[in-house]
Amino acid sequence: MDFFQVFIELAQSTVRLSTPLILAALAGLFTERAGVFDIGLEGKMLGAAFAAGCVAYISQSVMMGLFAAVLVSVLLSLVHGYASITQRGSQIVSGVAINFVVAGSTVILGEAWFRQGGRTPALTEDGRFGRITLPFADAVREVPILGPLYSGLLSGHSPLTYLAFLMVPASWWILYRTRFGLRLRAVGENPGAVDTAGISVIWLRYRAVICCGILCGIAGAYLSLSANAGFTKGMTAGKGYIALAALIFAKWRPKNILFACLLFGFLDAFAIRYQGYAFPLIGRVPVQFMQALPYILTVILLAGFIGKAIPPKAGGVPYVKER
Amino acid sequence: MSELAIELQGIDKSFGLVHANRNINLKVRKGTIHGIIGENGAGKSTLMSILYGFYQADHGDILVDGRKANIRDPNAAIAAGIGMVHQHFMLVENFTVLENIMLGAEESQILNAGITKARAELKRLEKEYALEVDPDAVIEELPVGIQQRVEILKALYRRADILILDEPTGVLTPAEADHLFRILEQLKAEGKTVLLITHKLREIMAITDEVSVMRRGEMVATRTTKETSVEELAELMVGRRVLLRVEKGEAKPADVKLSVKNLTVRDSRGVTMVDDVSFDIRAGEIVGIAGVAGNGQSELLEAISGIRRAKSGTVLLNGSPIDVTGHADPAELRKRGLAHVPEDRHHVGLVLKFEESENAILGYHDDPKYRKGMLLDIDAIRADAEEKIAAYDIRPPNPRLKTANFSGGNQQKIVLAREMERDPDVLVIGQPTRGVDVGAIEFIHRRIIEMRDQGKAVLLVSVELDEIRALSDRILVMFAGRVVGERTPDATEGELGLLMAGVEGRKEAAE
Repeated sequence: MDFFQVFIELAQSTVRLSTPLILAALAGLFTERAGVFDIGLEGKMLGAAFAAGCVAYISQSVMMGLFAAVLVSVLLSLVHGYASITQRGSQIVSGVAINFVVAGSTVILGEAWFRQGGRTPALTEDGRFGRITLPFADAVREVPILGPLYSGLLSGHSPLTYLAFLMVPASWWILYRTRFGLRLRAVGENPGAVDTAGISVIWLRYRAVICCGILCGIAGAYLSLSANAGFTKGMTAGKGYIALAALIFAKWRPKNILFACLLFGFLDAFAIRYQGYAFPLIGRVPVQFMQALPYILTVILLAGFIGKAIPPKAGGVPYVKER
Repeated sequence: MSELAIELQGIDKSFGLVHANRNINLKVRKGTIHGIIGENGAGKSTLMSILYGFYQADHGDILVDGRKANIRDPNAAIAAGIGMVHQHFMLVENFTVLENIMLGAEESQILNAGITKARAELKRLEKEYALEVDPDAVIEELPVGIQQRVEILKALYRRADILILDEPTGVLTPAEADHLFRILEQLKAEGKTVLLITHKLREIMAITDEVSVMRRGEMVATRTTKETSVEELAELMVGRRVLLRVEKGEAKPADVKLSVKNLTVRDSRGVTMVDDVSFDIRAGEIVGIAGVAGNGQSELLEAISGIRRAKSGTVLLNGSPIDVTGHADPAELRKRGLAHVPEDRHHVGLVLKFEESENAILGYHDDPKYRKGMLLDIDAIRADAEEKIAAYDIRPPNPRLKTANFSGGNQQKIVLAREMERDPDVLVIGQPTRGVDVGAIEFIHRRIIEMRDQGKAVLLVSVELDEIRALSDRILVMFAGRVVGERTPDATEGELGLLMAGVEGRKEAAE
């Protein structure tokens, strides 16, 4: 197959695979910049994917599915918020607990309701997001180079993919150009400064956590309504953790998140495409190695190449007025 | 219009069992600088936090400009025209000056609209009060004196008429403090009211019009500054006569006990914090290191006591070298007669969750006298702790009490008792009286002099210039990691201040 064709196909699947990562990493960006660490991205995404699968099947409406996903994810976020903001509990413990509870309960509920081994029934086209074909995509397909780029790479994705990529500049704008963003970033660095300026630290952090829930919900819905036709158990498969790695790798900045997620998405696409392929000189690379690459890369790059990633200063610390 | 900017009537506040403020009455006249003085834990900060809406009083009323004000949160305080400069700055360190000033007063949902306006307003304030700052500078890159200016601007930007400053000079050089006082005078001239909270008597005498004294949660007196004296205020603060001047005899220096040669230390970022420093300390003398916080004193102490690895240089303890550039073992150094009272007792000196008796042997716990076979001899440890409690007047005298429940002064005495009672040859002390009240300061100073008179070599690091001058037999001044000068204790404060600011030192080094 010619090189260009391979490139287009790899790029296309990179975009698809990085969509949930981008959404989840941006979700993490909102809470973590507000000082609430969230290891529960994985659980929220999984819960959302499950809710989307159930509701889309029952209602045969993709929008109802999306709505249910966002609702469940926001509710889980509020649980995390209640534990870590109001009750000042450990943010790590709360996040891990959410991951466990969701991993277990989605399988139990799925089995109880649908009896398909923890899956939700396969969705028909009405229950899924279709692909958006950009205008003239078919007409320009034959134009050399630009044609395939436009109709093969830019066109033909899920609406949620376009949404995810649009959310990158949108998140940047919210964080750096609005009052809410200024306050959100401030509360993650020095909640005392926010409190003494007469702004409620608690309400601000709750709002950040809700933003996280919405984005995680969309990420989850993408998995079961777009990338697949229904929910399968454990379908997030560590994407929440990869998103966290991308967030750290990106030093908590929206633009960097895009590149980090595309890189990790590319590694995933590469691993899938060249599974079992014997490379010249190296030979066959175990698939587990490819799957571990994003994490290995994060460790190596953080250790030396991109400098120190400094987390928001008040991250992980519940706010207590000092005496 | 009332002639009182603020009146507090019967303010009362408890935190659990601690009665922080008891029936406080206070009148602050408009257009004055009003000082509030008291020891640590006297309730000054609590009172000001109530005034700023950070806490709610259990009882009592706040009157602003003669009208009763219901200040339930900082927003209400800001609306009532009250601004506060906190002891620990409430700034977002990676934000610009402008962003910090706008935070909470942005005017609109989208920032851009407010930014131009804020910039113009900031320009006007800068001109009016001579408070120059670059609005686009990032806070963490500014010196603390400028950061404090940003805090003041923040309050003025919110149209504060009454400005509360909580211990504003703790982090400033003498020159910066003077500049701050000029700013406060300027604010007063513009008709603003300033409330200055401090435990430094000298500042009160220098700048205030009136002064109120707090002791153990109560307001014990209000005086016109011109009609009172340092001695009277000190007595009101402590509740008894205090010796402000430490009495000490002539030093009798003997052999060199600690010798530091060409010591260079870098911090974790690779910045040189101690730069080619050399000095000797003899038995029977106190060498004080003066300097503004952050000029390498901490790193110097850490390198000598084996906590931080030095880049290069040698240190001799009793004539034999310490492996400062390699793995100097603090436990080993203790055995060789070097005792260390760290600057930060909360993080380095004590484990606050431990009992008093456990902290009293920390670092010496493998001494056979605290051991019974493989186990700790709890009875011996407690008996030992009780002796130290008696000798150092540690209150409450309970070796089983959790260390966090002791006051700052008593915590410091726990550390001092532990280190001094081991009969070391060299005593290295950092910030012996930080966060310690006047009564305990007197005691600690006397102990340090006693150690000297017993023939110990004492290295003293303190950011309190008065303390350095009172205790030291020789004073070394550090600036930007270098020793920029050596003086005798009768050097004037102005002379030392210039050295600390790096002004004189550069000339001296050039010569």
